[in-house]
Amino acid sequence: MIKAENVWYKYPNGALALRGVNLTIGRGDYVAILGENGAGKTTLVKHFNGLLKPSRGEVLVDGKNTKEFSVAELSRIVGLVFQNADHQLFAESVRAEVLFALRNFGYDVDDAEERVKQVLAMLSLDGYEEDSPFTLSGGERKRLALASVLSYEPKVLVLDEPTIGQDYAQKVKLAELLKRLQSEGRTIVVVTHDVEFVVDHIPKTIVMSEGRVIAVGRTEEVLTNDEVLAKASLLPPIIYTVTRRLFKVSIPEKVTSVAKLKELILKKERCG
Amino acid sequence: MLAIKAKGLTFKYAEGDEPVIRDVNLEVEKGELVLVTGPSGCGKTTLCRCFNGLIPHFYEGELKGEVEVCGLKVVEHPIHKLAQHVCMVFQEPENQLFCLTVERELAFGPENLGLPREEIVRRVEEVASLLGIKHLLDKPPYELSGGEQQRVAIGAALTLKPTVLILDEPTSNLDPKGAKDILSIVKNVNKELGITVVLVEHRLDLAAPLADRVIVMVKGSIALDGAPRDVLVNDLVEKVGIGTPKLVVLYKELLRSGVKLRKVPLTVQELEELLGAC
Repeated sequence: MIKAENVWYKYPNGALALRGVNLTIGRGDYVAILGENGAGKTTLVKHFNGLLKPSRGEVLVDGKNTKEFSVAELSRIVGLVFQNADHQLFAESVRAEVLFALRNFGYDVDDAEERVKQVLAMLSLDGYEEDSPFTLSGGERKRLALASVLSYEPKVLVLDEPTIGQDYAQKVKLAELLKRLQSEGRTIVVVTHDVEFVVDHIPKTIVMSEGRVIAVGRTEEVLTNDEVLAKASLLPPIIYTVTRRLFKVSIPEKVTSVAKLKELILKKERCG
Repeated sequence: MLAIKAKGLTFKYAEGDEPVIRDVNLEVEKGELVLVTGPSGCGKTTLCRCFNGLIPHFYEGELKGEVEVCGLKVVEHPIHKLAQHVCMVFQEPENQLFCLTVERELAFGPENLGLPREEIVRRVEEVASLLGIKHLLDKPPYELSGGEQQRVAIGAALTLKPTVLILDEPTSNLDPKGAKDILSIVKNVNKELGITVVLVEHRLDLAAPLADRVIVMVKGSIALDGAPRDVLVNDLVEKVGIGTPKLVVLYKELLRSGVKLRKVPLTVQELEELLGAC
């Protein structure tokens, strides 16, 4: 669905943000992109909807070379939800915010209104229709930014730090929503620092460091690789750390869930 | 000596229909590090705004009850007066920094207080070395990483020598290591300088071990208030949808299976001590 081939990107101020990124994200994949601040994660995903075009190399989205298509055309395929919702929101009401994209993409009025209703309910924003986006809390504003993108059902959904400012209940809801969207065949990319969220919910992980991809694979494998973690300033999942420290003798598998760890402790207690 | 005192504090924004905080009663001793948490929209940020005077002096609305910071009634003192006692650091440092260099940023507060030049220079020096940002003094804030920016924002508050420092989700835009660094800086500021800290955070696993006290807000009121272990193990924490730290979840799971640890672990080290190595 998304393919990056030797992508380099240099910002106008000379900062080299991407240094030869190669990457394939398959149709229907659900993948996290992790890495330290400044690793190039946001720069990379801005290439997915054509906001940025590679200085060198190519990005293909659904087979389309992003250099040959406009942001408007690509955003129809790839919906990008920014990290700072304030960079995205501008309308005078919650309803108008969601309607904006729908109108631009040519949805008829009745259909658009129906979609607004559905998507606001899906993100627990119903009841706020006529409020100004700027009276919402930080977490609510982030959900509104997600709602406006979800409303036009892009094939690929890219979320930049969606868990920031969200409490646990909202995170769980978000995880359920993303899982549902994936089961409908959508491709989902989540840029995040939230190792625990990734370990609990996202099956595949890509790790970036200093403008390069340094690891790709199953989440449990990638996030228990000490070398990768150190390079990307990531902390290992807490349950993995605990398990390793408690069970000095090697255990056959990598434990990242509370349930598994509990099992191990109980087994040990029984043996005395 | 009380740093913060709220009695029957209730506030409704001018454009809102219902109060965002209701009947909050709270006393924070000088030198305490208080962690405030709760589901989003529960009124944490609004409560903080009552402490530094943004409410009612900037955000209009209906305020009932009393709120005092360092013995000053917030309602009766303008923001700039309160700013000498209580400073606030926000979630997004980029919304807070505006000077051309880090040095100017740190000097901005004391300059506005009209302090003598030598005193300003001294404070900037002190704070920069405490926060490990001396090498950044000549740099423009917008070129710094998120973690560095957040340190500068904290620094800009500290040069005002406040009695109370309020931090509203200061780590939410940082990577895990950056978040840990900021929180240990916060702890350091609290311990070394004796500054009272009100820390609003969702990352309980990182923040709870540092706190003297945890306050859980639900729908504008204080639902739980006590020592971190006692609060986090309370079932209400799960029920209202705040993430119980995984180690506390493990404690509760083990308890359900008949294994009772001596105390609720907040850190990996504590759990290790409780269980012993295998």
